Amino acid sequence: MPNAENTTAPTGLWARFNAMPLDSAPRTITVAVVLCLICSMIVSGAAVMLKPQQEINKTLDKKTNILKVAGLYQDGIDVEKAFGAFEPRLVDVATGKFSDAEDAATYDQRVAAKDPARSIALANDPASIKRQAKLASVYLLRDDAGKIERIVLPVHGYGLWSTLYGFIALNADGNEVYGLRFYAHGETPGLGAEVDNPKWMAQWPGKLVYGDNGAVNIGVGKAAPAGIDGSKHHIDAIAGATLTSRGVDNLVKFWMGEQGFKTFLDNLKKGEA
Amino acid sequence: MAGKDFSMLKDPLVDNNPITLQVLGICSALAVTSSLKVAFVMAIAVTLVTAFSNFFISILRNQIPSSIRIIVQMVIIASLVILVDQILKAYLYEISKTLSVFVGLIITNCIVMGRAEAFAMKNPPIPSFLDGIGNGLGYSLILLLVGVVRELFGSGSLFGVQILETVNNGGWYVPNGLLLLPPSAFFVIGLLIWAFRTWKPAQVEKREYKIMETEGAH
Repeated sequence: MPNAENTTAPTGLWARFNAMPLDSAPRTITVAVVLCLICSMIVSGAAVMLKPQQEINKTLDKKTNILKVAGLYQDGIDVEKAFGAFEPRLVDVATGKFSDAEDAATYDQRVAAKDPARSIALANDPASIKRQAKLASVYLLRDDAGKIERIVLPVHGYGLWSTLYGFIALNADGNEVYGLRFYAHGETPGLGAEVDNPKWMAQWPGKLVYGDNGAVNIGVGKAAPAGIDGSKHHIDAIAGATLTSRGVDNLVKFWMGEQGFKTFLDNLKKGEA
Repeated sequence: MAGKDFSMLKDPLVDNNPITLQVLGICSALAVTSSLKVAFVMAIAVTLVTAFSNFFISILRNQIPSSIRIIVQMVIIASLVILVDQILKAYLYEISKTLSVFVGLIITNCIVMGRAEAFAMKNPPIPSFLDGIGNGLGYSLILLLVGVVRELFGSGSLFGVQILETVNNGGWYVPNGLLLLPPSAFFVIGLLIWAFRTWKPAQVEKREYKIMETEGAH
């Protein structure tokens, strides 16, 4: 509000600013600039200050899911401590050997999959993931003697609406499934989202990924295809979620196959990884 | 004054509810009401954003040039929403994962903009703040009502606690899958508006037109 003195002899920046009509161009621009500056400072300040906490949450969430798929999670346990039982490693998907090209503890496979230098474009892409990171994070659970007890492998692929991200845990033989679980997806609640249903997930443990001839026999569907022993390899599809089930089928076959972790698992069995 | 403050909080709950009377902000009500927990967090977030955006816009109301007032309001609202989103990600990670993009969409919630433009631009900060809280609570009330119906009959639980044992888990209740899909919120909100307007006939809007009587009909 300009008072009498200001209108007669505006001195100083604030007084001159106040004397301007509210809708004059300089005043409008000043208000806009100052407001944007202040708001951007608040927003970026909050983002920077809360970033460490958010990162902790993200890794904690991932670790919790790895623990859950490996059957080590109970309500209220110390996730960090329990996760210490795992040995995170990087695997070169193409050669199937362990790689130390990057730090396994901080490697983010989802980021790497988007980086052209660290991923490959897939020509044959049944899981519809378009690009595959060259390195994959795997988690090994060893027993007291140092022998591998369980192997947790990351899998992802497209369902009906969304990419499903999850982990599959295998027993030491690299063949028998210990569990499968998705930690991020956007499938239809009540239908496709039933991939989270404990009853459906309970079908996975004990199933075998590979047949005697080394082919990927595990599959999700209405019934096991001819020539495949359903009791060993077949998982019932989810009722009302044909496309999500098909997506899960594709992604498990892809990641367990030649383009996925098959070479690595074979190497591991021979002790050459 | 105290009575007036109280009525500012109470009015938007029933008599002037932003969803059932003003029919604002129903887009987000569709997306986040399939489970109560999520609806509850969303309700708190919207209430806080509406209250504080009203407060700050009201403080600045004499400095905001009218030619850019909508943009100024948007900048303030957007900053607050980003703040809420960041805090959720830092301290309520599980819930922020479910809310995901909908927190960001509070910016486009018509209630926030509507109250800023209609109330905060013309009133002092404290009443504006209360108006924001009141309208936020009005929104919350409907959100939670819709959430109760959708979660109870859609998945047989309330706040994630199983109440009706579903067939999938060996119980007797066959959940109504439609209630988990967004369109069902439309039906529930529609029924709520009907119920509110039957209870308070004053809320029924006047017709904008009158059906002409055909000649010779009488």
